[in-house]
Amino acid sequence: MKANVQSKGNALLPAWRNRPLGVALVVLALLALPFVLAGAGTAWVRITNLAILFVLLSLGLNIVVGFAGLLDLGYIAFYAVGAYVYALLASPHFGIHWPFWAILPIGALVAALFGVLLGAPTLKLRGDYLAIVTLGFGEIVRIFLNNLGSPVNITNGPRGINRIDPVTIGDLNFARTDSFFGLAFSGPVKYYYLLLAMLVVVIFINLRLQNSRIGRAWEAVREDEIAARAMGIDTTRIKLLAFAMGASFGGVAGGMFSAMQGFISPESFVLVESVMVLAMVVLGGMGNIWGVILGALLLSFLPPILRFTVQPLQEYFFGRMLVEPEVIRMLIFGFALVLVMGFRPGGLWPAAVRKRSFSGSGGGAHD
Amino acid sequence: MNNSSNHPLSLSLTALFTASLLAGCGEEPKPAPPPPPPSIEIKIGHLAPLTGGIAHLGKDNENGARLAIEEANAANIKIDGKDAKFIMLAEDDQADPKIGTTVAQKLIDAKVVGVVGHLNSGTSIPASSVYSAANIPMISGSATNPQLTEQGLKGVFRVMGRDDQQGPALASYLAANNKPKVVAVIDDATAYGEGLANEVEKFFKGANIRVLPREKGDDKRADWKAVLTKIKGRNPDVVFYGGMDATAGPLLKQAHELNMKAVFSFGDGACTANMVELAGAATEGMLCSQAGLPPAAASRKFLDAYKARFKIEPIVYSPFTYDAMQALIAAIKGANSPDPSKYLPVLQKIEFTGATGRIAFDEKGDRRDAEMSIFQVKGGKLAPIAIIKNGKTVTFDEFMAQANSAPAPADAPKGDAGKDAPAVEPAKDAPKAAAAPDAAKK
Amino acid sequence: MDIFIQQLVNGITLGAVYAVVALGYTMVYGIIQLINFAHGELVMIGAMVAFTLIGLLTSLGVPGLPAVVLATLCAMLVCALLGYAMERMAYRPLRGAPRLAPLISAIGVSIILQHLALLVWSRNPLAFPQVVKTESYALGGAAVTNIQIGILAISIFMMGGLAWLVYRTRLGTAMRATSQNPQMAALLGVDANRVIAVTFIIGAALAAVAGVMVGSYYGIAQYTMGSALGLKAFCAAVLGGIGNIPGAMLGGILLGVVEALGAGYIGDLTDNVFGSNYQDVFAFLVLIVVLVFRPSGLLGERIGDRA
Repeated sequence: MKANVQSKGNALLPAWRNRPLGVALVVLALLALPFVLAGAGTAWVRITNLAILFVLLSLGLNIVVGFAGLLDLGYIAFYAVGAYVYALLASPHFGIHWPFWAILPIGALVAALFGVLLGAPTLKLRGDYLAIVTLGFGEIVRIFLNNLGSPVNITNGPRGINRIDPVTIGDLNFARTDSFFGLAFSGPVKYYYLLLAMLVVVIFINLRLQNSRIGRAWEAVREDEIAARAMGIDTTRIKLLAFAMGASFGGVAGGMFSAMQGFISPESFVLVESVMVLAMVVLGGMGNIWGVILGALLLSFLPPILRFTVQPLQEYFFGRMLVEPEVIRMLIFGFALVLVMGFRPGGLWPAAVRKRSFSGSGGGAHD
Repeated sequence: MNNSSNHPLSLSLTALFTASLLAGCGEEPKPAPPPPPPSIEIKIGHLAPLTGGIAHLGKDNENGARLAIEEANAANIKIDGKDAKFIMLAEDDQADPKIGTTVAQKLIDAKVVGVVGHLNSGTSIPASSVYSAANIPMISGSATNPQLTEQGLKGVFRVMGRDDQQGPALASYLAANNKPKVVAVIDDATAYGEGLANEVEKFFKGANIRVLPREKGDDKRADWKAVLTKIKGRNPDVVFYGGMDATAGPLLKQAHELNMKAVFSFGDGACTANMVELAGAATEGMLCSQAGLPPAAASRKFLDAYKARFKIEPIVYSPFTYDAMQALIAAIKGANSPDPSKYLPVLQKIEFTGATGRIAFDEKGDRRDAEMSIFQVKGGKLAPIAIIKNGKTVTFDEFMAQANSAPAPADAPKGDAGKDAPAVEPAKDAPKAAAAPDAAKK
Repeated sequence: MDIFIQQLVNGITLGAVYAVVALGYTMVYGIIQLINFAHGELVMIGAMVAFTLIGLLTSLGVPGLPAVVLATLCAMLVCALLGYAMERMAYRPLRGAPRLAPLISAIGVSIILQHLALLVWSRNPLAFPQVVKTESYALGGAAVTNIQIGILAISIFMMGGLAWLVYRTRLGTAMRATSQNPQMAALLGVDANRVIAVTFIIGAALAAVAGVMVGSYYGIAQYTMGSALGLKAFCAAVLGGIGNIPGAMLGGILLGVVEALGAGYIGDLTDNVFGSNYQDVFAFLVLIVVLVFRPSGLLGERIGDRA
């Protein structure tokens, strides 16, 4: 079963772009997906929704780490900021109930502001020093969220914020089941379409960014900051822009998380989550949008798939459960990280530019 | 497990297989092969963290619920004229709210008719709205945060006392027996620890006892010396810590090293046998509270059955999940239907004596007149010293003396107690009250 | 004043624990610029192995102190083997790969070790055997225990030994050479792979000692104990200047003292708006401020742009 998971990863690399028919089929498949999944259980639709959220997060982090080469270990803080902005502006906590389309941009803006706040003092830092400062920043944000329940109750502390409004568009309430064209659209299914639409927009922005002047400037800063500055790039501004843009994606994802869950607490924004998002980016292939998406999907689906298979399999073969699925799941996850990095250090689907830049420094040592 | 007869190893597994059949153990949603054809499968979910820092408590919860299921299956209950086979689907929520809602949905997809769980308030609260939307009743065996049942959701219950019952109970005991002038309150900055600490603090402040500014750590902290040193400088008579044993153990040990003289007290999360092991000699004389009756007082039967089945001692909450599962099964039995819309009204009015004392719910879904127990470590053993009910304190010895003079309490729950549920049960006399449903047993 | 001294004692002990763990991070980073995220797990494994062995030895009638020493030596051996295996299987294939790759690999190793430990030692918090009886002494109004003194002495001894190794022996020279320029060192006859492997082995053995120290001090061992401690120790290493051995000591002690004083005094200084709940914020803020003004840590040299 272990072998299964890993060989699957390696086979997923054919270039399918620039094929209109193929793209049309993919679009159709994506549209039909929730109904196929709902057949297997609505839980799968929820899992898919969370996976899309993590794709959004990974794409945001990819801007900072992949495009601009700034190692960020506290990225989940922006997700937290977005989530709390939504929760505070659309829940009985303060009695404010703004519509989601008004809050999401605010969440993105506030998160971007936090991005600049983090970026500004750390511009001089490089590599691992930046990593530890961003890590500290992430922890600081979480600790504040956890403690701002007193003396003035802003975040309700570790108890979190409950009964957050679901997304509503006009009369369409995303927490309820509606039927259109004779099909039942449950809450998770509606969120799926909303998230899918957001994902398309985010991917589009990312693709445009990558090939824009800004994208090339990020690449220049990533490859050689001093040379970039010599070429007339305002490195300060361009780095801050990376932090702000990356953060704003995180903020949007956080807002959606709030709306979907209906409840958030600081527990959801711990360091492990930052590490997980980073693992998605690097495992998939940082700098490459499609690789990052692949990484996020793999790491999001691996745990639930294992959860749904390991236990029945063990009971079938051994008559009882020897090792709990959770432990096996985490062990496989750990081995997957080590093995994928060992055999494809650039990630499963590395970026073209990256491939070039590292081929000279012994990247193929074990080929 | 039901497939083992098809398995080549089945010969060697025969003993195991028959044993498990007798126990009626099963957690797989596969059709079961009991002989009489008209049978009905009733799936009930159980959720608790099985990985992470408090996974040992999660497993304990699961064991408690499993025991109730196995006993129900052994009792050959008939529902709607058919042989009922109860199946428990156990899930790991990792104590993570996000995973909690996902596995909640998974159980709903698997067509469970009711749920026992979750362990944490942090997972119970978000998951409760998922169950409620699907009209599936849930009973938590250990979530103590008042918010859970204050949401106005239908079909949300708990058999555990709330923080705002347990906190004041412990604090009132301390106030009456230790007569502190200054109290220090520490918590682990989790929803559980902070929530309980808030209630304790509120009581002391209401009793005009000086409470020092709150100190906090986190649920992974091992080093408490700085906080303790600061507190020591202010000479409190009593210290309360809201948190689990894994952090409370080092805290108490370090307080001992700093020669602190204050009486240390803890909530149910640190009222465990493991606590005594972790902090060793430092625990001597510490006080702690548990919501509900100590299993030793309520049900010897539960303790023996648990030990026989799982070969270990119950840790903390398993008697509660056992009772929660019993309540669900009894309600299904009472309504003669596993349909939540049919058995929910019965569950609402259910009344029986479980492993943790008398179980009945108020209109919010909280446990009615939940008893609270105070424990103390004496001679290296955690022993119950007092029972608090409706604000009245009875020492444990008195309590047991009364219990022994009373007729043996009914351990088997009755689901049809609905019609003659007393509005208020006789106060202060728990064992007599426990005998009351005996009358309803017909 | 007594309280202040007590807080200093608390902070220095905590700092000594951080420092010993930080040594492992700093050694590995110094030589291959890798944040070995799994180092904290080695500390945990060390504590767990010692936990089992002390229990076993004392039940066989071996007296307290020898049992602890013997168990610690065995734990060092186990961790050293693990450290070697880790380097060989997870990190060596990644030499020359993009620099984030080994970091992710390290995260993978950390997850694997944690869950293997869960399988072996269960998930319960284990009571670490208190073989040496804790004695409290009064020192200028502060309570100091024999364990605290032991921790401080052992960590200073380890620090000194390591500094001697790195700056005074042939192996140390080879380490420093490899660290500065692996290709050049190789040309001059240094077997870089061997030197790196030895670095991992030493770092892992130190982790085992740290594990026993932490277990004895707090009286608890649990499979999750490594990650939280590792994080703080890593901060300490960076604070002092990662890759620098005296820096790890300085960073560790400083972080410990900052935490203790932070928890002890911010509440009073801010009228309890911020209390001990912001202890970690305080530690991280000091770290960030130091790095903003000294981007390579307190004792770190300016490293080139290796990213």
